Amino acid sequence: MGQASTELYEKIKAAATEKITALKQKPVVLVGMATCGKAAGAEKVREAFKKEIESHGLEAQVIDVGCMGHCYAEPLAIIAKPGHTPLCYGYVDEELAKRLVIDFLVNDDPCYEFAMVALETNDVFPTFSDFPRGVYEQKMILEHCGFIDPEDIDHYIDKDGYAALAKILTLEPEEVLEEVKSANLRGRGGAGFPAGTKWEACRKQKEPVKYVICNGDEGDPGAFMDRSILESNPHQVIEGLIISAYAIGATEGYFYIRAEYPQAIRTIRTALEQAREKGFLGKSILGSDFDFEIKVFQGSGAFVCGEGSALVSSMEGKMGIPRPRPPRLTTSGFRGKPTVVNNVKTFCYVPLIMKNGADWFKSTGTPGSPGTAVFTLVGKITNSGLVEVPMGTTLRQLIYDVGEGIPDEKEFKAVQIGGPSGGCLPESALDVPIDFDSLEEAGAMMGSGGLVVLNEDDCMVGIARYFLEFVQKESCGKCTFCRLGTKHMLEILNDITQGKEKDLASLDLLRELAEDIKAGSLCNLGKTAPNPVLTTLRYFWDEYIVHITEGRCPALMCKDLIVYYIAPELCSKLCNVCVGSCPTEAIYTREDGLKAIDQEKCVKCDNCLKTCPPQYNAVIKLSPPEMLKEKEGGSAK
Amino acid sequence: MQQLLEGEKELIIEKVGEILGKHGSDRENLIPILQEVQDSLGYLPGLSMEIIAEAMDIPSVDVFGLTTFYNQFRLNPPGKHQIKICMGTACYMVGGRIALESFERHLKIGEGETTSDRKYSLETVACVGCCAIAPVVVVNEDIEGKVTPTRVDGLMLAFEADEQEEEQKEAEENEEKGD
Ligand SMILES: Cc1cc2nc3c(=O)[nH]c(=O)nc-3n(C[C@H](O)[C@H](O)[C@H](O)COP(=O)(O)O)c2cc1C
Ligand code: FES
Repeated sequence: MGQASTELYEKIKAAATEKITALKQKPVVLVGMATCGKAAGAEKVREAFKKEIESHGLEAQVIDVGCMGHCYAEPLAIIAKPGHTPLCYGYVDEELAKRLVIDFLVNDDPCYEFAMVALETNDVFPTFSDFPRGVYEQKMILEHCGFIDPEDIDHYIDKDGYAALAKILTLEPEEVLEEVKSANLRGRGGAGFPAGTKWEACRKQKEPVKYVICNGDEGDPGAFMDRSILESNPHQVIEGLIISAYAIGATEGYFYIRAEYPQAIRTIRTALEQAREKGFLGKSILGSDFDFEIKVFQGSGAFVCGEGSALVSSMEGKMGIPRPRPPRLTTSGFRGKPTVVNNVKTFCYVPLIMKNGADWFKSTGTPGSPGTAVFTLVGKITNSGLVEVPMGTTLRQLIYDVGEGIPDEKEFKAVQIGGPSGGCLPESALDVPIDFDSLEEAGAMMGSGGLVVLNEDDCMVGIARYFLEFVQKESCGKCTFCRLGTKHMLEILNDITQGKEKDLASLDLLRELAEDIKAGSLCNLGKTAPNPVLTTLRYFWDEYIVHITEGRCPALMCKDLIVYYIAPELCSKLCNVCVGSCPTEAIYTREDGLKAIDQEKCVKCDNCLKTCPPQYNAVIKLSPPEMLKEKEGGSAK
Repeated sequence: MQQLLEGEKELIIEKVGEILGKHGSDRENLIPILQEVQDSLGYLPGLSMEIIAEAMDIPSVDVFGLTTFYNQFRLNPPGKHQIKICMGTACYMVGGRIALESFERHLKIGEGETTSDRKYSLETVACVGCCAIAPVVVVNEDIEGKVTPTRVDGLMLAFEADEQEEEQKEAEENEEKGD
């Protein structure tokens, strides 16, 4: 019977390929329109392309695509003109869009001077693999992100999309399960639990009604991998979800997507509809006797709801509060039925594994953590964006080769990995390979893929305080240690960063509290909440000491431990920029024409420092604040 | 809780009734209903929660509890200009707090508040996914990147100019009507 599905698929595929091939006969302009692209002004760029193309009466299409991961260079546009190598342009503005239409589309000059990279090997212009980033980067699940139209299912089908689904419908569910188990696909939502094992536990349940849920809550406050994937290649996730449902024997699926991601929600809704129209979803999928439906549930902004049992409880219309295991969700989850919850990225790998086989998957990465890792690389890094590297790549390679290091000639200080559950690792830990187990040994955690690079201007006590404040606010309050322990820790850290804590014993107390919270919390929010504090205590002990004993913030970040000061020897009498920039009129002109700051009025907004022209750079920050007396005493002479 | 404006009560009753009519009274629909009401009214007035609780036959404290548990729900009316400051890691580390304080200074309200004329509201959000251009501020639906205090001054000036223009238009229209 099963063969019917492959035949049906081949027809759908042929139609899609025909459509895409026809599309490629004419010039095509792809504009990156994921949230990151739009934020950088991609909408205006797209309109400029359209208008200019129209005014020249050209037969060229402008298509919205998602994010290709090079967020630092947004807005991005790709121009594919028949007879030319497709080229990608970065930092495109309206002017450049117009120029590209005239020079490239009307005439035949590809404007290499503005091109960033070529998408196909050629003799003239470098491709991604000619850059260090391209050498380390290996795209599995991000391969098509930013290069296909997420709103048109045919683009995905043309890339062999849904071929895996057609194939697995000819297999027994157990065979699919075995393949995923043999691939040792570990969950990409943070904990790295083997997906196959989880599915099997759910499949074994006698209850006929089962659910499978895609966790798109992405709560880490500095990460956007899942959003980017949902917006850029929604069908890959949907296909993974359908295949998993087949393997598990699930009857209904859900996308749980956080409210802050309206575009991702819209894209998934459109994609689901198109999948239904093509017969990939709904009753008798591709002519088989397998029925499956997917719905969308919009989260409502609570970090803890990313935790499986809290997520389920919020879908039931209740507060998202984690519950103890057992029973596991695979026994009793959504509506009390066996339920599988997996991360967006975990599902993305599934079609690839089913298409190419478990051995193909295992040939990348490390034996314990096969496959790739997807990260958002942000903070003080030259090439910020979304990257995908094989598991086992070191942090150093990721930061210096893929991300091209720290900009503005600043010193690297630490990398924050794993968000509020993770930790800050110093230079000495940069050779740790990225995989689930090695990172945990180093005191951090893989997390879901947020990676924030910190430099000499970032205070480690400050960042520990930031994450603790975050988890403190987000703690659901059920466990006493998580609720009160984090509060107590936050108070201590507040005191340290405000210069009120003078006793080094407070650091021991921080450690004790951290251990108590780890031991006494039910869910991983509490269990991992102390990690940012513990890793900074472990690796940046000196910074804590200096804050406490000298009242000094070496990174000049803790507001209460710094003052702004205008160095008379650097200040130009002729310039008035700082005076105008000050919102509180704290800056005045002294009798000798130099500028000075009235500390009583200063709100430390950083305006003057940012606006003082670079040839003077006369505004400086001093810490501890007492240094001011010394300075002013000195200059009065 | 904020005072209801003239005619607001009727509007609430009408809109909430419509939305309740679309969904069943199943508990699972509670969050989607609250989300839709907020989309429609801009916030969740106390009255709306009471109506929902009664229609779904659950204690109104349950509804209140839920709306305070989830950060997305807004219990105060939003300003005409909704300003959301990103406090995600990347933004926080490069001056998100400074941007927030600049707005607070300008508007004389704190985080989570709305000015009494309901023109501006201030909120914080965690990572909107544009960390590459941190610090980020979302104004209504538009994303502003690299927001320094000077940029905040600029944004505020632009708002004020818009407001003045509108007021002038209104005044002119009123004058015409008066003629
Ligand atoms: C406080 C907390 C927040 C979490 N947030 C997320 C999240 O945003 N996305 C996610 O996929 N998993 C999150 N998880 C992990 C989930 O509980 C669960 O392990 C995961 O969704 C399972 O999918 P995976 O095996 O594919 O990783 C969170 C866990 C905790 C304790
Ligand atoms: S931290 Fe602000 S956009 Fe990501």
